[in-house]
Amino acid sequence: MVAIECQGLTKDFHVGFWRKRPVRALDALELEVAEGEIFGLLGHNGAGKTTTIKLLLRLIFPTSGTARILGRPLGAPDLAARIGYLPENPYFYDYLKCRELVEYYAELAGVPAGERRARAQEALARVGMAEAMEQPLRKCSKGMVQRVGLAQAIVHRPQLAILDEPMSGLDPAGRAEVRDLILELRQQGATVLFSTHILSDAEQICDRVAILKRGRLAFAGPLDAVAGREESEIEIVFRERAGGGLGLVRRETIAAAELWSRLEALRAKQAQIVSVNPARRRLEDLFRAEPAERAAGRGAGQGN
Amino acid sequence: MPAAGAILSVSRNAYREAIRDRILFSLLFFAVLMVGAAVLFSQMSFGISADSLINFSLAAITLLGVIIAVFLGNQLVSKEIERRTLYTLLAHPVRRTHFLLGKFAGLVWTLVVNCGLMGVALFLALLYVLPAHVAAGEWSLLAALYFILLALAVLTAIALLFSCFASPVLAAVFTLALFVIGNFDDNLRALGESSRQWLGGHLAIWISYVLPNFGDFNVATAASHFMPIGWRLIGLNTLYALVYCGVALAIAGAIFENKDLK
Repeated sequence: MVAIECQGLTKDFHVGFWRKRPVRALDALELEVAEGEIFGLLGHNGAGKTTTIKLLLRLIFPTSGTARILGRPLGAPDLAARIGYLPENPYFYDYLKCRELVEYYAELAGVPAGERRARAQEALARVGMAEAMEQPLRKCSKGMVQRVGLAQAIVHRPQLAILDEPMSGLDPAGRAEVRDLILELRQQGATVLFSTHILSDAEQICDRVAILKRGRLAFAGPLDAVAGREESEIEIVFRERAGGGLGLVRRETIAAAELWSRLEALRAKQAQIVSVNPARRRLEDLFRAEPAERAAGRGAGQGN
Repeated sequence: MPAAGAILSVSRNAYREAIRDRILFSLLFFAVLMVGAAVLFSQMSFGISADSLINFSLAAITLLGVIIAVFLGNQLVSKEIERRTLYTLLAHPVRRTHFLLGKFAGLVWTLVVNCGLMGVALFLALLYVLPAHVAAGEWSLLAALYFILLALAVLTAIALLFSCFASPVLAAVFTLALFVIGNFDDNLRALGESSRQWLGGHLAIWISYVLPNFGDFNVATAASHFMPIGWRLIGLNTLYALVYCGVALAIAGAIFENKDLK
Protein backbone atom coordinates (compact mmCIF):
# COMPACT_ATOMS: atom_id res chain seq x y z
CA MET A 1 0.00 0.00 0.00
CA VAL A 2 1.10 3.56 -0.65
CA ALA A 3 1.54 5.77 2.42
CA ILE A 4 2.02 9.06 0.58
CA GLU A 5 1.09 9.82 -2.99
CA CYS A 6 1.66 13.23 -4.59
CA GLN A 7 0.36 13.98 -8.07
CA GLY A 8 1.54 17.17 -9.74
CA LEU A 9 1.78 18.95 -6.40
CA THR A 10 2.61 22.58 -7.13
CA LYS A 11 2.89 25.56 -4.83
CA ASP A 12 3.34 29.21 -5.76
CA PHE A 13 3.95 31.87 -3.12
CA HIS A 14 3.16 35.47 -3.91
CA VAL A 15 5.89 37.88 -2.91
CA GLY A 16 6.12 41.65 -3.03
CA PHE A 17 3.99 44.29 -1.35
CA TRP A 18 2.17 46.22 -4.06
CA ARG A 19 2.77 44.18 -7.18
CA LYS A 20 2.73 40.64 -6.02
CA ARG A 21 4.51 38.16 -8.23
CA PRO A 22 4.32 34.38 -7.95
CA VAL A 23 7.40 32.41 -6.96
CA ARG A 24 7.20 28.67 -7.55
CA ALA A 25 8.34 26.82 -4.44
CA LEU A 26 7.30 23.37 -5.62
CA ASP A 27 6.80 22.33 -9.21
CA ALA A 28 4.58 19.40 -10.18
CA LEU A 29 5.91 16.99 -7.59
CA GLU A 30 5.20 13.34 -8.36
CA LEU A 31 6.12 11.16 -5.42
CA GLU A 32 5.15 7.88 -3.82
CA VAL A 33 6.21 6.65 -0.42
CA ALA A 34 5.42 3.02 0.27
CA GLU A 35 3.99 1.93 3.59
CA GLY A 36 6.57 0.75 6.10
CA GLU A 37 9.60 2.40 4.51
CA ILE A 38 11.94 5.13 5.63
CA PHE A 39 11.93 7.79 2.98
CA GLY A 40 14.40 10.65 2.89
CA LEU A 41 13.49 13.98 1.36
CA LEU A 42 16.75 15.66 0.46
CA GLY A 43 17.69 19.00 -0.93
CA HIS A 44 19.48 22.24 -0.29
CA ASN A 45 17.89 25.01 1.76
CA GLY A 46 14.97 26.39 -0.23
CA ALA A 47 14.70 23.27 -2.39
CA GLY A 48 11.07 22.68 -1.40
CA LYS A 49 11.36 20.04 1.33
CA THR A 50 9.48 21.94 4.02
CA THR A 51 6.96 23.20 1.45
CA THR A 52 6.21 19.58 0.51
CA ILE A 53 5.75 18.62 4.15
CA LYS A 54 3.54 21.63 4.88
CA LEU A 55 1.39 20.81 1.86
CA LEU A 56 0.96 17.24 3.08
CA LEU A 57 -0.13 18.53 6.48
CA ARG A 58 -2.40 21.21 4.98
CA LEU A 59 -0.52 23.99 6.74
CA ILE A 60 -0.38 25.54 3.29
CA PHE A 61 -2.58 24.76 0.31
CA PRO A 62 -1.48 23.63 -3.16
CA THR A 63 -1.73 25.90 -6.19
CA SER A 64 -2.47 22.76 -8.19
CA GLY A 65 -2.13 19.01 -7.86
CA THR A 66 -3.34 16.58 -5.27
CA ALA A 67 -1.97 14.27 -2.61
CA ARG A 68 -3.23 11.31 -0.62
CA ILE A 69 -1.96 9.99 2.69
CA LEU A 70 -2.63 6.42 3.85
CA GLY A 71 -5.12 6.12 1.03
CA ARG A 72 -7.16 9.11 2.19
CA PRO A 73 -7.36 12.59 0.67
CA LEU A 74 -5.61 15.36 2.60
CA GLY A 75 -7.86 16.85 5.26
CA ALA A 76 -9.90 13.66 5.75
CA PRO A 77 -11.29 13.80 9.32
CA ASP A 78 -9.66 10.62 10.60
CA LEU A 79 -6.28 11.24 9.00
CA ALA A 80 -4.50 13.66 11.35
CA ALA A 81 -4.69 11.27 14.32
CA ARG A 82 -2.68 8.74 12.30
CA ILE A 83 0.15 11.17 11.53
CA GLY A 84 2.97 12.34 13.79
CA TYR A 85 4.77 15.54 12.84
CA LEU A 86 7.94 17.24 13.96
CA PRO A 87 8.48 20.70 12.45
CA GLU A 88 11.86 22.13 11.54
CA ASN A 89 13.51 23.98 14.47
CA PRO A 90 10.50 23.35 16.69
CA TYR A 91 9.40 25.80 19.34
CA PHE A 92 6.88 24.74 21.90
CA TYR A 93 4.86 26.41 24.64
CA ASP A 94 7.69 27.25 26.99
CA TYR A 95 5.40 27.79 29.98
CA LEU A 96 4.77 24.03 30.04
CA LYS A 97 6.89 21.24 31.45
CA CYS A 98 8.11 18.62 28.97
CA ARG A 99 5.62 16.05 30.25
CA GLU A 100 2.74 18.52 30.22
CA LEU A 101 3.48 19.42 26.60
CA VAL A 102 3.59 15.82 25.40
CA GLU A 103 0.42 15.06 27.39
CA TYR A 104 -1.29 18.03 25.74
CA TYR A 105 -0.45 16.76 22.26
CA ALA A 106 -1.56 13.26 23.27
CA GLU A 107 -4.88 14.79 24.33
CA LEU A 108 -5.22 16.59 20.97
CA ALA A 109 -4.43 13.33 19.17
CA GLY A 110 -7.28 11.64 20.98
CA VAL A 111 -5.32 9.45 23.40
CA PRO A 112 -7.75 8.45 26.21
CA ALA A 113 -7.35 10.53 29.39
CA GLY A 114 -6.35 7.54 31.51
CA GLU A 115 -3.41 6.66 29.24
CA ARG A 116 -2.01 10.12 28.51
CA ARG A 117 0.48 10.43 31.34
CA ALA A 118 1.91 6.93 30.85
CA ARG A 119 2.15 7.44 27.08
CA ALA A 120 3.86 10.83 27.52
CA GLN A 121 6.36 9.35 29.96
CA GLU A 122 7.01 6.43 27.63
CA ALA A 123 7.55 8.72 24.61
CA LEU A 124 9.87 11.01 26.55
CA ALA A 125 11.86 8.03 27.83
CA ARG A 126 12.22 6.77 24.25
CA VAL A 127 13.87 10.01 23.18
CA GLY A 128 16.21 10.10 26.17
CA MET A 129 14.29 12.65 28.21
CA ALA A 130 13.35 10.41 31.15
CA GLU A 131 15.36 12.54 33.57
CA ALA A 132 13.98 15.87 32.39
CA MET A 133 10.23 15.17 32.21
CA GLU A 134 9.34 17.74 34.85
CA GLN A 135 11.67 20.40 33.50
CA PRO A 136 10.00 23.53 32.06
CA LEU A 137 10.60 23.87 28.33
CA ARG A 138 11.97 27.38 28.79
CA LYS A 139 14.92 25.81 30.60
CA CYS A 140 15.59 23.19 27.91
CA SER A 141 18.48 23.33 25.44
CA LYS A 142 17.86 23.26 21.69
CA GLY A 143 18.70 19.57 21.57
CA MET A 144 16.29 18.82 24.41
CA VAL A 145 13.49 20.74 22.67
CA GLN A 146 14.18 18.70 19.54
CA ARG A 147 13.84 15.49 21.57
CA VAL A 148 10.59 16.70 23.15
CA GLY A 149 9.39 17.48 19.63
CA LEU A 150 10.10 13.90 18.62
CA ALA A 151 8.28 12.63 21.70
CA GLN A 152 5.13 14.60 20.82
CA ALA A 153 5.33 13.25 17.26
CA ILE A 154 5.27 9.63 18.41
CA VAL A 155 3.20 9.79 21.60
CA HIS A 156 -0.01 8.72 19.83
CA ARG A 157 1.77 5.88 17.96
CA PRO A 158 1.21 7.24 14.46
CA GLN A 159 1.15 5.13 11.31
CA LEU A 160 3.08 7.82 9.49
CA ALA A 161 5.76 10.02 11.03
CA ILE A 162 6.69 13.15 9.09
CA LEU A 163 9.87 14.59 10.52
CA ASP A 164 11.30 17.86 9.22
CA GLU A 165 15.05 17.92 9.89
CA PRO A 166 14.79 15.61 12.94
CA MET A 167 18.55 15.51 13.58
CA SER A 168 18.98 19.28 13.52
CA GLY A 169 20.44 20.68 16.73
CA LEU A 170 21.52 17.30 18.07
CA ASP A 171 25.03 16.17 18.93
CA PRO A 172 26.43 13.02 17.24
CA ALA A 173 25.15 10.77 20.02
CA GLY A 174 21.72 12.37 19.82
CA ARG A 175 21.65 11.94 16.05
CA ALA A 176 22.49 8.29 16.40
CA GLU A 177 19.65 7.92 18.91
CA VAL A 178 17.21 9.57 16.51
CA ARG A 179 18.35 7.27 13.73
CA ASP A 180 17.72 4.30 16.04
CA LEU A 181 14.31 5.68 16.91
CA ILE A 182 13.39 6.01 13.22
CA LEU A 183 14.51 2.44 12.59
CA GLU A 184 12.49 1.32 15.61
CA LEU A 185 9.40 3.10 14.23
CA ARG A 186 9.77 1.23 10.96
CA GLN A 187 10.20 -2.03 12.84
CA GLN A 188 6.86 -1.33 14.51
CA GLY A 189 5.22 -0.92 11.12
CA ALA A 190 5.19 2.87 10.81
CA THR A 191 6.21 4.76 7.70
CA VAL A 192 8.73 7.55 8.19
CA LEU A 193 9.22 10.49 5.87
CA PHE A 194 11.99 12.77 6.96
CA SER A 195 13.73 15.71 5.39
CA THR A 196 17.38 16.42 5.84
CA HIS A 197 20.36 17.96 4.21
CA ILE A 198 22.72 15.80 6.25
CA LEU A 199 23.37 13.15 3.64
CA SER A 200 25.16 10.67 5.88
CA ASP A 201 22.01 10.38 8.00
CA ALA A 202 19.96 9.56 4.92
CA GLU A 203 22.56 7.12 3.66
CA GLN A 204 22.49 5.21 6.92
CA ILE A 205 18.78 4.64 7.35
CA CYS A 206 16.75 5.44 4.23
CA ASP A 207 15.20 2.77 2.06
CA ARG A 208 14.54 5.32 -0.63
CA VAL A 209 15.22 8.99 -1.15
CA ALA A 210 13.99 11.88 -3.23
CA ILE A 211 16.18 14.81 -4.09
CA LEU A 212 14.57 18.18 -4.65
CA LYS A 213 16.27 21.06 -6.37
CA ARG A 214 14.65 24.47 -6.74
CA GLY A 215 11.25 22.94 -6.18
CA ARG A 216 11.67 20.18 -8.74
CA LEU A 217 12.13 16.50 -8.20
CA ALA A 218 15.63 15.71 -9.41
CA PHE A 219 15.76 12.08 -8.31
CA ALA A 220 13.59 9.55 -6.56
CA GLY A 221 14.47 5.97 -5.95
CA PRO A 222 16.09 3.34 -3.77
CA LEU A 223 19.30 4.28 -2.02
CA ASP A 224 21.11 1.35 -3.62
CA ALA A 225 20.49 2.87 -7.02
CA VAL A 226 22.09 6.11 -5.89
CA ALA A 227 25.00 4.72 -3.95
CA GLY A 228 25.53 1.77 -6.27
CA ARG A 229 28.94 0.35 -6.94
CA GLU A 230 30.88 1.53 -9.92
CA GLU A 231 32.80 -1.66 -10.59
CA SER A 232 35.01 -0.01 -13.19
CA GLU A 233 36.62 2.31 -10.61
CA ILE A 234 38.67 1.69 -7.50
CA GLU A 235 39.21 4.02 -4.58
CA ILE A 236 42.63 3.86 -2.87
CA VAL A 237 43.32 5.58 0.43
CA PHE A 238 46.97 5.88 1.40
CA ARG A 239 49.65 7.89 3.26
CA GLU A 240 52.95 8.70 1.55
CA ARG A 241 56.32 8.99 3.25
CA ALA A 242 57.32 12.57 3.84
CA GLY A 243 60.33 13.87 5.84
CA GLY A 244 61.03 10.57 7.58
CA GLY A 245 57.42 10.04 8.67
CA LEU A 246 54.00 9.49 7.19
CA GLY A 247 52.26 12.36 5.39
CA LEU A 248 48.59 13.27 5.09
CA VAL A 249 45.95 10.74 4.12
CA ARG A 250 45.17 10.93 0.41
CA ARG A 251 42.32 9.46 -1.58
CA GLU A 252 42.52 8.52 -5.24
CA THR A 253 39.94 7.07 -7.60
CA ILE A 254 41.48 5.17 -10.50
CA ALA A 255 40.34 2.88 -13.27
CA ALA A 256 40.21 -0.76 -12.18
CA ALA A 257 42.70 -1.71 -14.88
CA GLU A 258 45.34 0.59 -13.35
CA LEU A 259 45.05 -0.87 -9.86
CA TRP A 260 48.13 -3.10 -9.76
CA SER A 261 50.47 -0.63 -11.42
CA ARG A 262 49.37 2.10 -9.04
CA LEU A 263 49.84 -0.15 -6.00
CA GLU A 264 53.34 -1.04 -7.23
CA ALA A 265 54.16 2.65 -7.57
CA LEU A 266 52.93 3.37 -4.05
CA ARG A 267 54.92 0.43 -2.64
CA ALA A 268 58.05 1.75 -4.35
CA LYS A 269 57.50 5.04 -2.54
CA GLN A 270 57.02 3.14 0.76
CA ALA A 271 53.52 4.59 1.13
CA GLN A 272 51.15 3.09 3.66
CA ILE A 273 48.02 1.71 2.01
CA VAL A 274 45.00 2.40 4.24
CA SER A 275 42.26 0.90 2.09
CA VAL A 276 41.45 -0.32 -1.42
CA ASN A 277 37.75 -0.48 -2.26
CA PRO A 278 35.51 -0.44 -5.29
CA ALA A 279 34.48 3.21 -5.77
CA ARG A 280 30.94 3.96 -4.60
CA ARG A 281 28.85 6.68 -6.08
CA ARG A 282 27.86 8.52 -2.98
CA LEU A 283 24.62 10.30 -2.37
CA GLU A 284 26.56 13.52 -2.13
CA ASP A 285 27.76 13.13 -5.71
CA LEU A 286 24.20 12.95 -6.93
CA PHE A 287 23.11 15.70 -4.56
CA ARG A 288 25.69 18.05 -6.00
CA ALA A 289 25.31 16.98 -9.60
CA GLU A 290 23.64 19.28 -12.09
CA PRO A 291 20.11 18.38 -13.20
CA ALA A 292 21.24 17.09 -16.60
CA GLU A 293 23.55 14.62 -14.92
CA ARG A 294 20.82 13.49 -12.60
CA ALA A 295 18.42 12.95 -15.45
CA ALA A 296 20.76 10.20 -16.62
CA GLY A 297 20.72 8.61 -13.19
CA ARG A 298 16.98 9.00 -12.90
CA GLY A 299 16.19 6.22 -15.36
CA ALA A 300 17.80 3.71 -13.05
CA GLY A 301 16.58 5.25 -9.84
CA GLN A 302 13.00 6.19 -10.58
CA GLY A 303 11.42 3.20 -9.01
CA ASN A 304 8.69 4.74 -6.95
CA MET B 1 -11.17 14.53 17.70
CA PRO B 2 -14.73 15.74 18.40
CA ALA B 3 -15.20 19.50 17.98
CA ALA B 4 -16.11 20.10 21.62
CA GLY B 5 -13.11 18.11 22.84
CA ALA B 6 -10.67 20.01 20.61
CA ILE B 7 -12.12 23.40 21.62
CA LEU B 8 -11.98 22.45 25.30
CA SER B 9 -8.36 21.22 25.05
CA VAL B 10 -7.18 24.37 23.26
CA SER B 11 -9.11 26.66 25.62
CA ARG B 12 -7.70 24.93 28.71
CA ASN B 13 -4.20 25.45 27.35
CA ALA B 14 -4.89 29.09 26.44
CA TYR B 15 -6.09 29.68 30.00
CA ARG B 16 -3.03 27.87 31.36
CA GLU B 17 -0.82 30.12 29.22
CA ALA B 18 -2.55 33.23 30.50
CA ILE B 19 -2.36 32.34 34.18
CA ARG B 20 1.31 31.37 33.89
CA ASP B 21 2.09 34.72 32.30
CA ARG B 22 3.71 36.98 34.88
CA ILE B 23 2.48 40.09 33.10
CA LEU B 24 -1.07 39.09 33.89
CA PHE B 25 -0.32 38.93 37.61
CA SER B 26 1.34 42.35 37.44
CA LEU B 27 -1.79 43.74 35.80
CA LEU B 28 -4.03 42.08 38.35
CA PHE B 29 -1.92 43.47 41.18
CA PHE B 30 -2.12 46.91 39.56
CA ALA B 31 -5.89 46.68 39.25
CA VAL B 32 -6.37 45.54 42.87
CA LEU B 33 -4.13 48.44 43.84
CA MET B 34 -6.45 50.77 41.93
CA VAL B 35 -9.46 49.43 43.84
CA GLY B 36 -7.50 50.02 47.05
CA ALA B 37 -6.72 53.55 45.90
CA ALA B 38 -10.42 54.06 45.18
CA VAL B 39 -11.17 53.21 48.83
CA LEU B 40 -8.56 55.70 49.93
CA PHE B 41 -9.80 58.46 47.65
CA SER B 42 -13.43 57.93 48.60
CA GLN B 43 -12.45 58.29 52.28
CA MET B 44 -10.39 61.39 51.56
CA SER B 45 -13.29 63.10 49.79
CA PHE B 46 -16.07 64.93 51.64
CA GLY B 47 -17.80 62.06 53.31
CA ILE B 48 -17.44 58.56 51.99
CA SER B 49 -18.66 58.50 48.42
CA ALA B 50 -19.92 55.12 47.22
CA ASP B 51 -20.39 56.28 43.64
CA SER B 52 -16.77 57.45 43.27
CA LEU B 53 -15.54 54.15 44.71
CA ILE B 54 -17.74 52.12 42.35
CA ASN B 55 -17.02 54.28 39.29
CA PHE B 56 -13.28 54.18 39.88
CA SER B 57 -13.26 50.41 40.52
CA LEU B 58 -15.41 49.56 37.49
CA ALA B 59 -13.12 51.72 35.34
CA ALA B 60 -10.09 49.84 36.73
CA ILE B 61 -11.74 46.47 35.98
CA THR B 62 -12.60 47.62 32.44
CA LEU B 63 -9.10 48.98 31.84
CA LEU B 64 -7.45 45.75 32.98
CA GLY B 65 -9.86 43.72 30.85
CA VAL B 66 -9.26 45.87 27.77
CA ILE B 67 -5.49 45.51 28.16
CA ILE B 68 -5.81 41.72 28.46
CA ALA B 69 -8.33 41.40 25.61
CA VAL B 70 -6.38 43.64 23.23
CA PHE B 71 -2.82 42.60 23.92
CA LEU B 72 -3.33 38.90 24.65
CA GLY B 73 -6.15 38.61 22.10
CA ASN B 74 -4.05 40.09 19.32
CA GLN B 75 -1.29 37.60 20.02
CA LEU B 76 -3.54 34.56 20.16
CA VAL B 77 -2.99 33.62 16.54
CA SER B 78 -0.02 35.71 15.40
CA LYS B 79 2.27 34.49 18.20
CA GLU B 80 1.37 30.89 17.44
CA ILE B 81 2.24 31.42 13.77
CA GLU B 82 5.40 33.40 14.49
CA ARG B 83 6.71 30.80 16.95
CA ARG B 84 5.40 27.98 14.78
CA THR B 85 3.65 26.32 17.72
CA LEU B 86 0.58 26.28 15.53
CA TYR B 87 2.16 23.85 13.07
CA THR B 88 2.29 20.94 15.49
CA LEU B 89 -1.12 21.81 16.86
CA LEU B 90 -2.84 21.85 13.45
CA ALA B 91 -1.05 18.67 12.42
CA HIS B 92 -3.23 17.03 15.09
CA PRO B 93 -6.95 16.41 14.58
CA VAL B 94 -7.84 20.02 15.38
CA ARG B 95 -9.67 22.12 12.80
CA ARG B 96 -8.54 25.68 12.41
CA THR B 97 -11.95 27.02 13.40
CA HIS B 98 -11.90 24.88 16.53
CA PHE B 99 -8.47 26.25 17.36
CA LEU B 100 -9.82 29.81 17.09
CA LEU B 101 -12.88 28.99 19.19
CA GLY B 102 -10.67 27.30 21.80
CA LYS B 103 -8.37 30.30 21.99
CA PHE B 104 -11.34 32.64 22.27
CA ALA B 105 -12.93 30.54 25.02
CA GLY B 106 -9.61 30.33 26.90
CA LEU B 107 -9.10 34.07 26.90
CA VAL B 108 -12.72 34.82 27.80
CA TRP B 109 -12.42 32.42 30.73
CA THR B 110 -9.22 34.24 31.79
CA LEU B 111 -11.18 37.50 31.70
CA VAL B 112 -14.01 35.94 33.73
CA VAL B 113 -11.55 34.82 36.43
CA ASN B 114 -9.75 38.18 36.50
CA CYS B 115 -12.91 40.27 36.52
CA GLY B 116 -14.34 37.91 39.12
CA LEU B 117 -11.34 38.39 41.41
CA MET B 118 -11.50 42.14 40.97
CA GLY B 119 -15.25 42.11 41.52
CA VAL B 120 -14.67 40.30 44.82
CA ALA B 121 -12.07 42.97 45.71
CA LEU B 122 -14.65 45.67 44.90
CA PHE B 123 -17.34 44.03 47.07
CA LEU B 124 -14.87 43.63 49.93
CA ALA B 125 -13.91 47.31 49.58
CA LEU B 126 -17.57 48.31 49.63
CA LEU B 127 -18.24 46.09 52.65
CA TYR B 128 -15.35 47.77 54.44
CA VAL B 129 -16.29 51.34 53.52
CA LEU B 130 -20.08 51.32 53.12
CA PRO B 131 -21.53 47.99 54.32
CA ALA B 132 -25.10 49.27 54.18
CA HIS B 133 -24.87 49.97 50.45
CA VAL B 134 -23.78 46.49 49.45
CA ALA B 135 -27.10 44.80 50.07
CA ALA B 136 -28.94 47.61 48.32
CA GLY B 137 -26.83 47.68 45.21
CA GLU B 138 -25.39 44.23 44.80
CA TRP B 139 -27.58 43.27 41.84
CA SER B 140 -26.86 46.40 39.83
CA LEU B 141 -23.16 45.97 40.59
CA LEU B 142 -23.25 42.34 39.45
CA ALA B 143 -25.06 43.42 36.27
CA ALA B 144 -22.41 46.10 35.64
CA LEU B 145 -19.65 43.49 36.05
CA TYR B 146 -21.52 41.13 33.73
CA PHE B 147 -21.82 43.86 31.09
CA ILE B 148 -18.08 44.59 31.35
CA LEU B 149 -17.47 40.91 30.66
CA LEU B 150 -19.81 40.94 27.66
CA ALA B 151 -18.02 43.98 26.23
CA LEU B 152 -14.66 42.32 26.80
CA ALA B 153 -15.86 39.14 25.05
CA VAL B 154 -16.84 41.24 22.02
CA LEU B 155 -13.47 43.01 22.14
CA THR B 156 -11.65 39.64 22.35
CA ALA B 157 -13.54 38.36 19.29
CA ILE B 158 -12.57 41.52 17.39
CA ALA B 159 -8.93 41.20 18.51
CA LEU B 160 -8.94 37.58 17.36
CA LEU B 161 -10.40 38.59 13.99
CA PHE B 162 -7.70 41.19 13.42
CA SER B 163 -4.95 38.83 14.56
CA CYS B 164 -5.91 36.47 11.71
CA PHE B 165 -4.65 38.85 9.04
CA ALA B 166 -2.80 41.80 10.61
CA SER B 167 0.52 42.05 12.45
CA PRO B 168 0.21 42.15 16.28
CA VAL B 169 0.93 45.90 16.40
CA LEU B 170 -1.56 46.79 13.67
CA ALA B 171 -4.14 44.42 15.13
CA ALA B 172 -3.75 46.09 18.56
CA VAL B 173 -4.14 49.55 17.00
CA PHE B 174 -7.26 48.47 15.06
CA THR B 175 -8.81 46.80 18.11
CA LEU B 176 -8.14 49.73 20.43
CA ALA B 177 -9.47 52.17 17.80
CA LEU B 178 -12.67 50.13 17.51
CA PHE B 179 -13.02 50.07 21.28
CA VAL B 180 -12.73 53.86 21.49
CA ILE B 181 -15.06 54.50 18.53
CA GLY B 182 -17.47 51.85 19.82
CA ASN B 183 -17.83 53.78 23.09
CA PHE B 184 -19.09 56.77 21.08
CA ASP B 185 -21.27 54.69 18.78
CA ASP B 186 -24.49 56.38 19.94
CA ASN B 187 -23.00 59.80 19.20
CA LEU B 188 -22.06 58.64 15.70
CA ARG B 189 -25.61 57.42 15.11
CA ALA B 190 -27.06 60.67 16.49
CA LEU B 191 -24.77 62.60 14.15
CA GLY B 192 -26.00 60.53 11.23
CA GLU B 193 -29.65 61.00 12.23
CA SER B 194 -29.20 64.77 12.37
CA SER B 195 -27.74 64.89 8.86
CA ARG B 196 -29.87 62.37 7.02
CA GLN B 197 -30.18 64.70 4.05
CA TRP B 198 -26.49 64.06 3.26
CA LEU B 199 -24.93 60.85 2.07
CA GLY B 200 -22.46 61.13 4.94
CA GLY B 201 -25.35 60.98 7.39
CA HIS B 202 -26.58 57.68 5.99
CA LEU B 203 -23.01 56.39 5.99
CA ALA B 204 -22.58 57.37 9.65
CA ILE B 205 -25.79 55.54 10.59
CA TRP B 206 -24.74 52.48 8.63
CA ILE B 207 -21.25 52.47 10.20
CA SER B 208 -22.73 52.93 13.69
CA TYR B 209 -24.73 49.71 13.20
CA VAL B 210 -21.71 47.76 11.95
CA LEU B 211 -19.34 48.96 14.66
CA PRO B 212 -19.65 47.41 18.12
CA ASN B 213 -21.71 49.55 20.45
CA PHE B 214 -19.68 49.42 23.65
CA GLY B 215 -21.61 52.35 25.10
CA ASP B 216 -24.64 50.11 25.73
CA PHE B 217 -22.53 47.89 28.01
CA ASN B 218 -21.54 50.82 30.22
CA VAL B 219 -23.93 51.03 33.17
CA ALA B 220 -21.38 52.29 35.69
CA THR B 221 -23.41 55.42 36.44
CA ALA B 222 -26.57 53.44 37.15
CA ALA B 223 -24.64 50.90 39.23
CA SER B 224 -22.87 53.56 41.27
CA HIS B 225 -26.24 55.04 42.19
CA PHE B 226 -27.69 51.59 42.90
CA MET B 227 -30.35 52.04 40.23
CA PRO B 228 -31.96 48.77 39.11
CA ILE B 229 -30.86 47.39 35.76
CA GLY B 230 -33.74 45.77 33.93
CA TRP B 231 -33.85 42.21 32.70
CA ARG B 232 -34.71 43.45 29.22
CA LEU B 233 -31.41 45.32 28.94
CA ILE B 234 -29.55 42.30 30.32
CA GLY B 235 -31.21 40.04 27.75
CA LEU B 236 -30.65 42.41 24.82
CA ASN B 237 -27.02 43.06 25.71
CA THR B 238 -26.40 39.33 26.06
CA LEU B 239 -27.99 38.67 22.67
CA TYR B 240 -26.05 41.54 21.07
CA ALA B 241 -22.73 40.25 22.45
CA LEU B 242 -23.49 36.69 21.34
CA VAL B 243 -24.38 37.78 17.80
CA TYR B 244 -21.40 40.13 17.51
CA CYS B 245 -18.96 37.50 18.82
CA GLY B 246 -20.52 34.90 16.52
CA VAL B 247 -20.18 37.07 13.42
CA ALA B 248 -16.62 38.19 14.26
CA LEU B 249 -15.52 34.60 14.95
CA ALA B 250 -17.24 33.32 11.80
CA ILE B 251 -15.34 35.89 9.68
CA ALA B 252 -12.10 35.05 11.53
CA GLY B 253 -12.71 31.35 10.88
CA ALA B 254 -13.40 31.94 7.16
CA ILE B 255 -10.14 33.92 6.82
CA PHE B 256 -8.08 31.50 8.88
CA GLU B 257 -9.36 28.27 7.31
CA ASN B 258 -7.66 29.09 4.00
CA LYS B 259 -4.62 30.94 5.28
CA ASP B 260 -1.20 29.65 4.26
CA LEU B 261 1.00 29.22 7.34
CA LYS B 262 4.31 30.09 5.71
